[in-house]
Amino acid sequence: MSAENTTTTLAGELFAPGVGAQAGPPTTPAAGTGSAGQATPGSHSHGGPARTGSPAERLTSTDPDAFGVPTGREETWRFTPMKRVRVLLDGAPSDAHPSWDADLPDGAELSRVEADDPMLKGLPEPVDRLAALTRQRADGATVVRVAAEAQLDRPVTLGFSGAAGDDVVWGQLVVEVGAFAQATIVLDHTGLARYSGGVAVLVGDGAQVTLVSVQDWAPGAVHGGQYDTVVGRDATFKQVVVTLGGDLVRLVSNVQYSGPGGSADLYGVYFADETQHQEHRLWVDHAVPHCRSNVLYKGALQGEDARTVWIGDVRIRPAAVGTETYELNRNLVLTDGARADSVPNLEIETGEIVGAGHASATGRFDDEQLFYLCSRGIDAETARRLVVRGFFADVVQHIGLPELQDRLMGTIEARLGALPGLEEQPVEVPA
Amino acid sequence: MSVLEIRDLHVTVGEGDDAKEILRGVDLTVRSGETHAIMGPNGSGKSTLAYSIAGHPKYTITGGTVTLDGEDVLAMTVDERARAGLFLAMQYPVEVPGVSVSNFLRTAATAVKGEAPKLRTWVKDVKTEMAGLEMDPTFAERNVNEGFSGGEKKRHEILQMRLLKPRIAILDETDSGLDVDALRIVSEGVNRTRAEGDVGVLLITHYTRILRYIKPDFVHVFVAGRIVEEGGPELADKLESEGYAAYVKDSNEVASAEKAAAEVASA
Repeated sequence: MSAENTTTTLAGELFAPGVGAQAGPPTTPAAGTGSAGQATPGSHSHGGPARTGSPAERLTSTDPDAFGVPTGREETWRFTPMKRVRVLLDGAPSDAHPSWDADLPDGAELSRVEADDPMLKGLPEPVDRLAALTRQRADGATVVRVAAEAQLDRPVTLGFSGAAGDDVVWGQLVVEVGAFAQATIVLDHTGLARYSGGVAVLVGDGAQVTLVSVQDWAPGAVHGGQYDTVVGRDATFKQVVVTLGGDLVRLVSNVQYSGPGGSADLYGVYFADETQHQEHRLWVDHAVPHCRSNVLYKGALQGEDARTVWIGDVRIRPAAVGTETYELNRNLVLTDGARADSVPNLEIETGEIVGAGHASATGRFDDEQLFYLCSRGIDAETARRLVVRGFFADVVQHIGLPELQDRLMGTIEARLGALPGLEEQPVEVPA
Repeated sequence: MSVLEIRDLHVTVGEGDDAKEILRGVDLTVRSGETHAIMGPNGSGKSTLAYSIAGHPKYTITGGTVTLDGEDVLAMTVDERARAGLFLAMQYPVEVPGVSVSNFLRTAATAVKGEAPKLRTWVKDVKTEMAGLEMDPTFAERNVNEGFSGGEKKRHEILQMRLLKPRIAILDETDSGLDVDALRIVSEGVNRTRAEGDVGVLLITHYTRILRYIKPDFVHVFVAGRIVEEGGPELADKLESEGYAAYVKDSNEVASAEKAAAEVASA
């Protein structure tokens, strides 16, 4: 990596003038890494062990070569099974772009912009080689625009159903929500695909935006993605990421604020079985005053070699006084041999904040929860189901769309049915 | 008419060389229509008794018997004990994220009654009982014990007791951490249950305060893992004025049992 590369610009310059550039996570060894059956207490890595006063800035670039070709030893790639992600990293340019099946309520418009459109130049930049390749090869972008002050009467739904082609599908989506508008956007990924997609969400001042991204892929799908959100002044952003399907899913979600008073809630659930690698990397950059962020990601793993990775980086820059932030990651290991990595990083560069914290835990069923339920006459199998169902529902209920929530909980329950211990006796959990 | 019989119950916590005996021969009989108060200092093993009867896996029964109407309670799983008619109102009810109170109550009632309660009467029953405990109706939509105040948790425990209608109810320090209003509300709930049906109540408490609201028929003083004195309500009055000093002085055994129990509690 070379910060001197002339093609390298910093996203922070575009969206938060005068407050400095984006920074990368400290490259200290992962803390809070837990594996099967081993409960890890909340780990702490505030600023890393050695504060140098000036953490490494995070490289961003639209030029793939600025990043070099990853070997798997890089901080950003070291948790990723490189063999399995090569189909994307080594994927050839193609004309395959996602064909979105769109449901657009009044007040929302769908259009397409060319690669040289000025709008694309203003987007937050890619943070790794795959994202840079994606920006380049997406050949323009699909744009959803929600007019200022629009109140959508239903969500914008964009469905992408993979058609099992060998070509990598390269896509760039931009969601632009005008000031004071209220909108929910659902990205629904299904079918079989090799897909690398960038998603940029520009939340206008005072707007309230919910972005739901569902990865309900068929087995064998490979999905890499970078999600960038720029939260406007006094705007509210909620992201709910639900990763259930696919072979490998690696999503990077970045949030930055373009004015004070912004608020971001980042929720996620993932459920990996023995064939799956699910990786979620978050990066919240507090560079302006009086913003808040809250991260809650929960995952469950079942089957040998099930693998999940959660990286939660939060940086509070010197200018970001009055920041309030909290992040929490919980992993439930249902069977032996699964491995969940959980790495929260919180870097605080000003003392004048409202609050900052993080917690991470990886473990098995909570015996006290099971005892409590069983002590009310509920048999152990039903109790386990209630606990796991509740574990997911706790996050899924934040979507706020009952139909979608029911579908996702149905998928999760079907997957739980495959647990040998839970299958032994049929149980009915009343709704 | 039900009877819970505890005979010479010995219980340890911990494994192998670390095993510590907490209960050292408990004898107690609780019948329908009786209210028993078990009183004792911190670390005397009162809560261990409650959890052992309910079947918490942390405790190992090393001797003695517990029967409910002649049935061997110790041979039952935790859920079987509840379905047999035992109920434990816990001192520290557990949060269950993502499981709503209404779903939890209905699932529990279905399990205990052996069939799903009829929806119309069930909803009415829940509403009535919640009103009786001065609980807001929105309570039913919240996740079990999540973000509940101390008073809300205890009301929720008593709500479960009201709806599940056990034969023997054990209340483990239900009074601790309650303000006067909440204590009154919770006590009234217990008194309604006693007045309405053939339930036996085993009330475990550190303080005599709750006994001003719930009148015990029998009082047992519990020290160092066993009952050391028994009597009627007058014994509670004596404890209120004199405390436990008379029972715990000059006892090394007590000190070690308390220490062991304290370690358990903090584990």
